Amino acid sequence: MTSLTEKRAPRTQDEKRKTRGKTRRREHLTGWLFVGPFGVVFLAFLIAPLAYALYLSLFQKKLIGGTSFVLFDNYVKAFTDPSFLSGAWFVIRFALVAIPVQIAVALAMALILDAVTSLFTRFSRLMIFLPYAIPTVIGAVMWGFLYSRSFGPLTDVFGFFGATAPDFLSSNLIFYGLLNIVTWQWAGYYMIILYAALQGIDPTLYEAARMDGAGRWQVARRIKIPLIAPALILILVFSLIGTLQFFNEPQILRYLAAGTIGSDFTPNMYAYQQAFGLANFNYGSAISFALGGVVFVCVYAFLFFTRKRRSFL
Amino acid sequence: MKTTRTLATVAMLVAASGLAACSSDEGGSDASNCTNTITKQDLPVVTMWAWYPNMQLVVDNFNKANDEVQVCWTNVGQGGDQYDKFQTAISAGTGAPDVIMVEMDRIPTFQIQNALVDISGYGLDAVRANYGDGAWKDVSVGDAVYGVPVDGGPLAMIYRKDIFDKYEITPPKTWAEYEQAAQKVKDAGGPLFGDLGANVPALMMALQIQKGAAPFTYDPAQPESIGVRLNDQASKDVLEYWGGLVRKGLVGTQDQFTPEYISGVINGNYATYISAAWAPGYLTGAGVGQGDDTGTFAVAPLPQWDPNNPVQVNWGGSAFSVTSQSKQPELAAKAAYGLYADEESLTDGWTNQIIFPLNLTALNNPEFVDLKVAFFDGQQANKEVYVPAANAYQGVVYSPFGQYYFDAMTKQISEMSAGSITGSQAADRLQEDVTKHATEQGFTVQ
Repeated sequence: MTSLTEKRAPRTQDEKRKTRGKTRRREHLTGWLFVGPFGVVFLAFLIAPLAYALYLSLFQKKLIGGTSFVLFDNYVKAFTDPSFLSGAWFVIRFALVAIPVQIAVALAMALILDAVTSLFTRFSRLMIFLPYAIPTVIGAVMWGFLYSRSFGPLTDVFGFFGATAPDFLSSNLIFYGLLNIVTWQWAGYYMIILYAALQGIDPTLYEAARMDGAGRWQVARRIKIPLIAPALILILVFSLIGTLQFFNEPQILRYLAAGTIGSDFTPNMYAYQQAFGLANFNYGSAISFALGGVVFVCVYAFLFFTRKRRSFL
Repeated sequence: MKTTRTLATVAMLVAASGLAACSSDEGGSDASNCTNTITKQDLPVVTMWAWYPNMQLVVDNFNKANDEVQVCWTNVGQGGDQYDKFQTAISAGTGAPDVIMVEMDRIPTFQIQNALVDISGYGLDAVRANYGDGAWKDVSVGDAVYGVPVDGGPLAMIYRKDIFDKYEITPPKTWAEYEQAAQKVKDAGGPLFGDLGANVPALMMALQIQKGAAPFTYDPAQPESIGVRLNDQASKDVLEYWGGLVRKGLVGTQDQFTPEYISGVINGNYATYISAAWAPGYLTGAGVGQGDDTGTFAVAPLPQWDPNNPVQVNWGGSAFSVTSQSKQPELAAKAAYGLYADEESLTDGWTNQIIFPLNLTALNNPEFVDLKVAFFDGQQANKEVYVPAANAYQGVVYSPFGQYYFDAMTKQISEMSAGSITGSQAADRLQEDVTKHATEQGFTVQ
């Protein structure tokens, strides 16, 4: 580079500055052009709807009396609304149970698949990942039938031992019914992420550990898990956000058990019901934002407590 | 639970409906995507949403016979799905069809939002004599008429003859007898006697009305004030009665209209099914009465509280309404009056038990009255049960927030079935919940 510039020496300082300015401007323009398509879509389909929903959430529409500006009244109502609060409490409880279960299953499978190398591994990996490839709606419908006491397998299995099959769609057991569906669907996906992280670990570390006398279990516990901690935290955040926005599975199972799964079962379902069932778009928007607030608080708290471990944010 | 979804999903849906409104305008009023084929291309076209299973035939019959207007029909979903779409179109101010099928209990809900047109000025007098007074009352708010009655839902008790024979019981005439019979079957180790589905609150409402409850009083001249009586003694009694049946293990708590429930009906898990006149058609469509259970069903009048003063009630029933988004209400009203009113369509409707006709030409037709219903093993169900029930029906005042009321009721029935509250508590909570909603919506609750 230096030799090239020396050969082109005769240019004045002024000219140099001009060209540099032009290049920079052109570079800027090119940059904006590259960002442009994304930016337009981002603004049109994320920022604008969000702003519009925020705007809507500041109004109240009554059947009698019409629309009026109420500022944050809808939010005050949401945070004192038993439907919203019980829904939010449900998804938080669900997250506290479902996330550790999913991650534990995913981690165990990833460690096994990483440690064992045989022809069977690739096949297993695919099979474990498969539920994620099945659309949520189809997965939920399928489980709805599997849970059925008339034509599901549960009656036969429990009948074999002389017991009555549990009804996973009843209000006592719906928590576990959903827990099972969610774990089935997502554990494979998390497993793939963890597996990829495990594959990225330098194998010489294992060799060194073995030389120091570490067994397989110790390698897994003291080397593998600490090294994939960032990936673990990443999927924890994913699943936390996803679980707090729980919607698809309960909404589908509602067709089978409307009594158990009310229209306000989770905050997202409640927002949907308010907006599209009761035409209360204003309150529906407020609930969405209130839920956004809950998600933000939960994720922030989580990241705060794990701040030493993370490297991706 | 898609991780890629951000917290904006619902917000986006909300806003997207604003965007989608521009395009769903086409869905609503563009005649190019009809399910039926319009042959008379040069006539004006009105769009329509409806979900009767034989709607294709009904629309074709209408279009063939009519030289003024043609109907472009689509089925956008059954019941709640269609109402959600209609409700969204109302909020968006665009996207609704010209003519829409609605159940009668929803009419005030849409009427109060000025979403329906009073069609009494568009040729009502010509057809008034074709329907009974109860039918007109159900589609009216005050003197204004917001729909043309099509289908009624007189309630009756469908029962399994094989189970009744086996346990030597006769159809109960009163609710007390109903419980005794249920106990007898249970004591003999028989199946459940009936079912209390939390997802069919409209049925519970009808049963409460049968005992004398009047859930809503509402004068359209004063739309801002409404009477809400959901926890009067009659309402409590009926909830207590059903809660008691559940507690004693006499009836199930399965949601109805689900594969689970239907398979239960086929398997003979329920001795009775309290349902409306359209139920046999629905059950047949769902595959009931075609296998081992062929000819096992019969129907008897709805059990009464006081056999000396029988009260007949309705579940469901539907009508054709004209929406206020229609730019051609007069033509739309013509379609609403004419559709499903011709003999061929009506006959197809009642022979296949798709509708219980409210049109008097069908209701008084001896062939209809004397029909030996195949589902009921040749029983003359119309003559014996449904027609007398329909004739005795007096009509009901429905609420202008039907969706909320039914959702709230579903919640309470579900809790009652789970045993966490009693029927009286359910009624009290329902009253509180609905009153609060009504107040929030700007009503003065009396």
